[in-house]
Amino acid sequence: MRKKKSSHKKVTFIVGSVIVGLVVLMAVFPRIFTKYNPIDVDVMASLSPPSLKHLFGTDNYGRDIFSRVVYGARIDLMMGVLGTVVPFFIGGIAGMLAAYYSGWFDRILIGLIDIMMAFPFTILVIVIISILGNGIINVYIALWLVGWMSYAKLVRGEVLVLKNSDYIQAARVAGFSDGRILLRHLLPNVVSAAVVYAVSDIVLCMLTGASMSFLGLGVQPPTAEWGAIMNEGKSYISYAWWITVLPGLIMAVTGVGFSLLGDGLTDYLRRKGR
Amino acid sequence: MQKLLEVIDLKTYFYAGDKIIKAVDGASFEVRRGETFGIVGESGCGKSQTCRSVLKLIRNPGKITGGRILYEGRDVVPLSNRQMRKIRGKEISAIFQEPMTSLNPIMKIRDQIYEGFKGKNMTGEQKEERAVELLRMVGIPSPKQRLNDYPHQFSGGMRQRIMIAIALGSNPKLLIADEPTTALDVTIQNQIMVLINDLKDKMGMSVILVTHDLGVIAQMCERVAVMYAGKIVEMTDTVTLFAKPRHPYTYGLMRSLPAGGGNAEKLYTIEGTIPNLAELPAGCAFAPRCQFAAEKCRRQEPKPEEAEKGHWVSCHCLNRTCGLKGLIPVLK
Amino acid sequence: MRQFNYIFKRMIQMIPVLFVISLIAFFIIRLVPGDPARLMLGEKATNDAVAAIRLKYGLDRPLPIQYLKFMRGVLHFDFGNSLKFQVPVWNLIVSRLPVTLALTFLSTAISLLISIPVGYYSGTHKGGFFDRLSNIWNLTAIAMPTFWIGLMLLIFFGIVLKILPVGGIGGGFWGHLKSFILPAFTQSLMTSALLTRNIRNAVVDIISQDFVDFARSKGISEGEIKNKHILKNAMISTVTLLSMRMAYMLGGSIIIESIFALPGIGKLTIDAIFARDYTVVQAVVFIFAIVVMVINLITDVLYSILDPRVKY
Repeated sequence: MRKKKSSHKKVTFIVGSVIVGLVVLMAVFPRIFTKYNPIDVDVMASLSPPSLKHLFGTDNYGRDIFSRVVYGARIDLMMGVLGTVVPFFIGGIAGMLAAYYSGWFDRILIGLIDIMMAFPFTILVIVIISILGNGIINVYIALWLVGWMSYAKLVRGEVLVLKNSDYIQAARVAGFSDGRILLRHLLPNVVSAAVVYAVSDIVLCMLTGASMSFLGLGVQPPTAEWGAIMNEGKSYISYAWWITVLPGLIMAVTGVGFSLLGDGLTDYLRRKGR
Repeated sequence: MQKLLEVIDLKTYFYAGDKIIKAVDGASFEVRRGETFGIVGESGCGKSQTCRSVLKLIRNPGKITGGRILYEGRDVVPLSNRQMRKIRGKEISAIFQEPMTSLNPIMKIRDQIYEGFKGKNMTGEQKEERAVELLRMVGIPSPKQRLNDYPHQFSGGMRQRIMIAIALGSNPKLLIADEPTTALDVTIQNQIMVLINDLKDKMGMSVILVTHDLGVIAQMCERVAVMYAGKIVEMTDTVTLFAKPRHPYTYGLMRSLPAGGGNAEKLYTIEGTIPNLAELPAGCAFAPRCQFAAEKCRRQEPKPEEAEKGHWVSCHCLNRTCGLKGLIPVLK
Repeated sequence: MRQFNYIFKRMIQMIPVLFVISLIAFFIIRLVPGDPARLMLGEKATNDAVAAIRLKYGLDRPLPIQYLKFMRGVLHFDFGNSLKFQVPVWNLIVSRLPVTLALTFLSTAISLLISIPVGYYSGTHKGGFFDRLSNIWNLTAIAMPTFWIGLMLLIFFGIVLKILPVGGIGGGFWGHLKSFILPAFTQSLMTSALLTRNIRNAVVDIISQDFVDFARSKGISEGEIKNKHILKNAMISTVTLLSMRMAYMLGGSIIIESIFALPGIGKLTIDAIFARDYTVVQAVVFIFAIVVMVINLITDVLYSILDPRVKY
């Protein structure tokens, strides 16, 4: 039974890796996948259904959807990764320092998180974007402003537990500097929980970013981005389904890929942690 | 004396992948009416799983794969879960090792006691009366007020008393006590043992007492089985066991007890560790640790034999007895 | 009685948070680049008109005075007029809040109806075929774009099968219910996956605990073991997750309501953002925060009822 389980875990991990690998390849070398330029207009071919010539069909401007999806991968992937990495560091460092030194910084941090958490996640992102104005940079800023809290809370909780553990107390008694204790003793032990969360956060950030573009708040036309493509296709949904269905499918598969990869990674880190 | 429970060649195996862990492998014993029967052995020897088998509370991936468990002459092994429910709690009750985790943390003591009254037509008042009586019986102060408390409001010893109260709620004929005092402070341990003993006499029930502590056996039991690696290696009445142990393992267990009177003698330990139950050696499971092991012991598994009347031993060298006079005070 | 004191205490604790939330709502309109008065009137307004508006809304007064004025209005449910519709913002909210609340509660109900049985079965049959299937489905559901799922369901049930409305809110009870089915189901997908996972892991943990075996040794039925001993304990951690998900789903209503054209607060918010109707934006932000705080308060109380170990 144990054998079976680990092999099934392995399969999902491999499937996840292959999907993510393909999407990364699309983002880095879109030219391998398609010969069309994603913003080339071809009015003669507008709204043509999927065919060998246009794998995913074309939109109302006759742009090739497949190439728009391929070129869009870069932005969506960036939103996922940058939307995760920056909060990971900001939140992680804030949470660690707050828990380690406690005092006023900790109280302010917790107060701030309590207040921010009173707003639903999506509302917060949307309102921040609406204040800053549309555009991809502002989507990033909104993701950063909202995302750090989860990491701060997570890391803070872990450090609070570890802070009173015997080995940290021993390190303190031994007269190690705070910096050394934080970096050499606490960091390695709290980082894996944050990494596990970060992997699932990539999907969340990617989906949130794409949702913003889908609502018309993020990436602006004619730039190719998955949410934006689907937003443009929304009006044609009853007779040109491919503009929304197929890019969304790619997006769903990408999300699932990250999810499977993350699941495998979580398992690995958990086993290593033991 | 009449047999209340008879276990014949019980086999409880756990299946982990292609491995089979033989937690209980061919155990046979009987429990008579009104007696306390002890099962002693190191942790992991299968004594807990033997108890759980009697109630058919084996967790996945474990299974009773062979043998019979006759309760009042009726085999419970083939019984369905539904039929088993008529026996659990009513005929046979159990108390577990960890009083801290054996009560539902989010349920009032009252409701946990009442659960034992299921199937009896009792009014709310009768239930409360009975619950108070039970708590008083096990020595919980101001029982009426404490009915509405939750487990976390009691100490470990008090929780063990509550467990006993719940187990005795429906006057069972057999109480299975699986290391009931292991998790408790030494001073509390004795109180609980005395309590179990008193209640046993008062209610006329039989008790299966599982422990790793020979001192507890000496204090409590009429007869005793020694388990090693899923098998019963020696079984007899307590006096005989302490006076004339025949199995080298039993002998080892006794020598590792601190001597009475506080002699500054160095404590004996049995060399080696208990074997992996999934990969038992051929022959006698104890042979690798046995100072008397002969060639035959490593080849052929010894079968239980009656060395003298009522004294069963699974050893190729039956007739060796170990003189231990003066080492253990025999209380019975 | 203990619960009442607890609720009271929690409400007192909410006051400073509410204060900061009101500050945030107050500043939203003032953080937007540009002059709020000009924003209200549009680019072509004359300077005189702008000055008149500034005077009317007190925008020329110092910020603390403006804030006090804003708060006095809020306490009387007066959030000013919508710049776009020229009707009191409060009226807009009152007419649309029920839709969003209904959507959120329906999604919550669907999530629970799915996740409790599935999570329980997966947990008690850990490692089995169904458990693995459910795990993979949960991973999938968490990673899928909600708006895409919504559109897919809309195409399938609304356009292809034509059995459910493609949008808007139907008439009568059944009409309402019908138009809520797809949005609520879409909304509940991710939540039910997360809840299932949580319940499953909790059940796995709980069934290996001694108290379940001890309860079984009393001879009570499996149904009671399941409900009173396993599920009730599993719900403790689930309640906290549920409240977080409800808050998330409230926000998610923005996306769901715009896909399915449901006239709720979410749709109101996104329309207001596009119309730069900032009086509405600040009011909905305030209302959302209050609803979330109420949900959290209810959760805490529920949690303290479920788990007697919680200290008040």
